[in-house]
Order: sequence, then C-alpha cells, then structure tokens
Amino acid sequence: MIDLPDGIGLQAVPTASRLARLRRSGATILGAVLRLIDRPMGLLQRLIGERRMVYVFLLPNLAFFSLFVFVPLAIDLAYSLTGGESLFPSQRPYVGTEQYAYLFDCGSFFDPASCRVDHFWRGVANTMRFTVFQLVSMVTFSLVTALVLNMRIRGRGFFRAVYFFPVLLSPVVVALVWKWILQRDGLLNAGLTMIGGQKILFFVDPGWAMFWSVFVSVWAHMGFYTLILLAGLQAIPADLYEAAQMDATPRWRVLVRITLPLLWPNLIVVIVLAMIRGVQTFDEVFVLTGGGPGTATLMIVQYIYETAFASQVQNFGLAAAASIVLGVVLFLLTLAQLSRTRSAS
Amino acid sequence: MRAVIRRAIGASLLTACLLALTASLGIGVAAAQTTLRMTWYSDGNEGEVMADLLRRFEDKHPDIHVVLDQVPFKAINENLPVQLASGQGPDIARVADMGGLARYMLDLRPYLKDAAYWEANYGPFLQWMRVPGDTSSIPGFMTQLTVTGPFVNKTLFEQAGVAMPGPKATWENWAKATKEVAAKVQAPFPIAFDRSGHRFFGMAISEGAAVFDDKGNPAVIDDGFKRAAKLIFDWHNSGVMSKELWGSVAGATYRGANEEFKNAQVVMYESGSWQISQFDKTIGAAFDWVAVPTPCGPANCSGMPGGAALVGIKSTKHPEEVARVLDYLASEDVVAEFYARSLFVPGHLGLARKGLDYKDASPVANAALKVFSDGVNQLAPAANQLQGYPASRVILNAVISRLGQAVSGEITLDDSYKRIAGDIEQQLAERNKK
Repeated sequence: MIDLPDGIGLQAVPTASRLARLRRSGATILGAVLRLIDRPMGLLQRLIGERRMVYVFLLPNLAFFSLFVFVPLAIDLAYSLTGGESLFPSQRPYVGTEQYAYLFDCGSFFDPASCRVDHFWRGVANTMRFTVFQLVSMVTFSLVTALVLNMRIRGRGFFRAVYFFPVLLSPVVVALVWKWILQRDGLLNAGLTMIGGQKILFFVDPGWAMFWSVFVSVWAHMGFYTLILLAGLQAIPADLYEAAQMDATPRWRVLVRITLPLLWPNLIVVIVLAMIRGVQTFDEVFVLTGGGPGTATLMIVQYIYETAFASQVQNFGLAAAASIVLGVVLFLLTLAQLSRTRSAS
Repeated sequence: MRAVIRRAIGASLLTACLLALTASLGIGVAAAQTTLRMTWYSDGNEGEVMADLLRRFEDKHPDIHVVLDQVPFKAINENLPVQLASGQGPDIARVADMGGLARYMLDLRPYLKDAAYWEANYGPFLQWMRVPGDTSSIPGFMTQLTVTGPFVNKTLFEQAGVAMPGPKATWENWAKATKEVAAKVQAPFPIAFDRSGHRFFGMAISEGAAVFDDKGNPAVIDDGFKRAAKLIFDWHNSGVMSKELWGSVAGATYRGANEEFKNAQVVMYESGSWQISQFDKTIGAAFDWVAVPTPCGPANCSGMPGGAALVGIKSTKHPEEVARVLDYLASEDVVAEFYARSLFVPGHLGLARKGLDYKDASPVANAALKVFSDGVNQLAPAANQLQGYPASRVILNAVISRLGQAVSGEITLDDSYKRIAGDIEQQLAERNKK
C-alpha cells in the first residue's frame, strides 16, 4: 500500500479500489475474449496438430508480406515475360524468355561492348565496382569512427551527433549539395584556384566521377553503420578489457583478439547492409553524376529506371527482366550472408 | 442548472442545423462547378501568363474551375505517359512529345464552337498531334512553335576584337571565330549545344542528313549525319565544345547551357526560341546578346522545328468543358496575348501572317524573335518530317545517348553509328509487338 500525503488519502482509497475494480473487470473481459478465441483455436489445434499451429500465428504477417512483396514480385516476373509498350499486363503480348535472352546476348560478359544491351552490362560492371569500393570504405571508416567515438574523448556526444547528422538528410539533398561543391565553379574548385591550382572538371573524368560517387555515399551513410558498430562495441563486457589491461596486452592485440571477434556479428550486419545498399544505389549517384561521364557511373537501377520510364518506347518488359536479375543477385548475397552467420554461430 | 443545460442543447442543435444547411449549399455549389486539371511545364514566364488567362476564363465561366498543376519538363516526358497509360491523367496537358502521346489525346471536334477556325489556323501543326493514319482529328493547339538556333554573346566578340561571322556563315566559320574569342577572353565554352537530339539534328540536316528513306522509314546514319557527328566529336576534342554538357551524363538526359550563357561563359549557344523570354529578363544589361541565323552546312541552313501543344486528354470525364477551356485559350485574341507576353513564336497561322506585337519585349528580344520567326522559313523538309514522325524521340534519344558515349571517349564514333541504328531498330520492334 502506498503512503499518501495527508489530505488526499481520503480520496486515494476509493480511487485505488476503483482501479482494482477496473483491473478486475478488464481481466474478466479479456478472459471472455480469450475463451471465445480459445475454443476455435483449440479445435483447430486438434485438427492440424500442435506443430502446425505456428503457421496459423504467422499467417497475418505472411499475408501483409505477400501483398507487398510477393505480389509485386510476381507482377514483375509476369512483365518480364511480356513485350510491347502497353502498361496493363492484359494488353501485353507474351514473349517467353525473349527479354532475358536479349539481356544476356553477349560475346563476353566481361566486355560490355560485346553485349547487345551494353548499357545494362556497363551498369552491372559499374555497380560491382561501386559496391566493392563503397563496401571497403564504408566498413573501414565506420569501424575507425566507432572505435574513436567509443573512447573517452572530449565532446564525444557532439561528435556522435555530427557523424550521424548526414543520415537524416534526403539522398537528393546530399547529392545536390555535393554537386554544388564539385562543379566547375563550385566551392572545391574555388578553393583550388585560390591556392594557385587549376580547376578540375570532376564530372568529366570517369575516375573522379566514380571516386566522388563512392565518397558522397560513404559520407551520407557512414553515421548509420557507425551507430550499429558503436552499439556492438558498448555491448562488449568491460571486464575483458580490464583483464587484458592487467595482463599488459598491447592495444593492437586487444583489438584483434577481443574487440573484432566480439564485434563480428555487428560487422556482418554492416557488411550485408552496405553491400545491398551498394547494389541498389540510384538516387545519389543519379543526381550527382547523371550516370556519366559517358556511362562511367551508370548503375543497374538507373538503367532499369531509364528503360522503363525515360524512353519514348517504355520498355517495361526489359526493365522488369533486368530488375529480376538484380533481385536474384541480392537474394544470393543475402543467402550467402545467412549461411555465413549460421556457420559462425 | 437545468435551464443552462437546456439552453446549451438548444444552441448546439441550432449550430448543427446551420452547419448542415451550409454544407448542403456548399455541396450544391460544388456540384454545379466542374473542376479540370491541367498539367503544365514552363521554360520561362508562360506558366504565370497561363494562370492569369485561366483566372479570366473562370471569371467568365464560373461553372468551370481549372487547377493548373505546374511540373518540371522531365515529368512531362517521363511521368505523364505512365499516368496517361493508366487512365489516371489530367484533363488537359501541355506536351512536347506530341506524336508519342497522340494516342491519348481527345478529338475535340464534336465539342468545338468552330472547328474550321482551328483547321485554318493550327492546321499544319495538328498533324504532329495525330496518330498515323488520322488526318482529321483536332486534339489541341500549339502553345508555341519553337525553332532551334544560336544565341551569341556579342560583348565577348567585341572584347576580343573578333568580327562576328555573317548571316550565311558555316558552322566551321563559327567554330573558328568562337574559339578565337574564347581564347582571348578566357571563356570556358566557345560553343555550347544543349545536350539534345533536336539541337544535333538542326546541324545534321544542314550537313545533308536525310533521316528517312524514300518510304518514310528511319534511315538515320548517312553521310550528312556522319559529317555533323564528326564535327561535334572533333569540337569536343579540340576544345570548341566542353565535355561538361554532352560527355558528363549518361543516356538521353537533357543538359542545357542556359545558365552558363547567362553567366557570360559561353560565346555561342545553340538552343532555341523558347530561351528568349528568360534571357531578356535575366541578362538585362549585363552584356549584349543576339540571336543569329542558324549557320549553314553544305545542304542548307535549317534549324529544327518543335514546340509544345496544349491538348485535351481522352480519359477526361468532362470533354465538353475541356473543349470550352481550349476554345477560349485558342481564340485569336487570347492566344495572341499568350504568345506576346510569353515571347513565343506563334503556332497560329493567322497571327504569324499578321505579326505579333511583343509589347513587353526589349529591342534585343524583339530582334531575336524576328530572327527565329525568319528561321521558320528556312526549315528543310527533313526537319519537318522528323518533327512530325511519331517515334521522333526514339531517334533523338538514341543519337544523343550514343554520341554522348563517343564524346566521353567510351566508344568510337563508328561504334556509335552502329549502336544508334541498333537502338532505333530495337525500340521500334518493341513498339510493334502487339
């Protein structure tokens, strides 16, 4: 019983009893509802057996998942088997695997110029290059930043906020800001000329364009991955570090033998998420470089978008086939991550 | 206490009755008024002019309300077709890809007050809005007739002490002169072409490109085309053109150099008549600029025609009201005001014959409008044929995409020719799958 101050005790007693009454009636209603459900569920359990009941509980979630994932996937697959430029599937002629055959018509998959749909394969090559560079940079910089932010440094909260801030910005805003910095008369070239250097046309040179695409992506999203790693670092028991300190273990050895192995599950998450983001990348690079120069930063998703929407003949079939290929690649990557995590655990 | 409660209940009931009455009246008004949606894009001030004209229309016709949805040009080319295909489009739209969207357009004839007026004044351009085989429908009217052509920064020529080439000068003459000017005044862009198939074909047709064979089928790659492509390619390598426009983006993405021209970084800018309004307003007295006749090639001195049309959409539930709005906007007085205030070359034969009084235009803009209006008479048949071809964007996009790759050094010029032919063939084959 709670001790109440004088003066309100007289009112508090009936309030408490009212609360108790409410609780009792609530429990009665809930009990009635549960009994109502219990009977049909019990019947169902007797019919299908206890082990299959798990599927019944999963059904509502599965229904939503099907509606928003499997149904669009099925529609996409259906489109990829059709041709023409009509929007409605019922008006599109069935062409079988023609779109896939067209997409995969290549002299050599390592030479996009030998492919009929060279833009798609240039997109594949660029996306792979982008993903590798982005993944390595993202993991490295996120890890280093997380390690630094986990140390007892001055202004730690401020720096954590600073690193996380770009994550809150829209990718289009991020790309536009960097475009203004990097263009011919942008901030960076102004700085370069001020110190006596020459202007660099960053978006005309394929190497620079890819470099800045990766840089901007890492700058914009690093905070999110840093946060995941920081959470992992803080979950490592402090007594392990204390024991290492007592043994006078060198710091690099602590990092390699304690920190990294215990951070591995978080690192796996970061690697997989960064990889998927890399393969799916579109908005930032599209706004920043427009896929150029030439097709040096044209990514698969931009190819899909332009094939479906930017051409006069809106080739939904070919775009759908390309997106199915992209989906399969992402599925395989996720599968590899799952098996890796399972074997590790 | 009871009296207070009774009064409160009475007041509430009265308020409810009044609210219900107001709502029912409101519904009555709403039911009497038809709302139409118009999708619109602007290059200059024409959106403001249209909004003003619509306000006046609504004052005269209170039973129709037109919502003007102003969208970027990119949305007109990329989002509107999907909207139209799904039957969820607006009632009226301003479109540039007239042939490509012709199948979604409403034939206004049954609803127009005087279809003969439309035929007489918009006749030649109506064919651009019709599906192949249709020779009689009236889907809308031209909000502007555009002609491609160059603008020149006269001040830079004067500062450099270089004489501007004359009216019949060739592209090569201009390339030489502008490069000399740019070198003397440190301008980064001697010549800038918008990254657009229209701009390229103005030059290509002057160089002798026929674009179509005798049967009217696309036959894009010929000697004239190759001459123009080689010029563009060589100019990018010699510094006459900067790779920042054609070489810096992928696919058929449009890139204009209007901002660079306004900042006096471009000596000669190949664009078109629709830029006059914004140059007139934004450049002001910063420097002297002029529009010059399209430079010549061995075949002719043609630019490319184009423009935009305001059309009714087939899926509208209010075709009569759509026709009333368009009848009003296309009437001679109203459309004359629209062209004059927007500084557009008229796409109305009667007004073109009479000549328009561009009251708001400066002498420079008036002179530029005269140059472009004269340019209409210089248009080669191939230019008109390409503009009227329903799949013109297939050709224009393939050319710009592949020449862009060649300019950036990704593929050779010969490879780009093969790719252009292949892309056009593939897209037309896809369109023919029924």
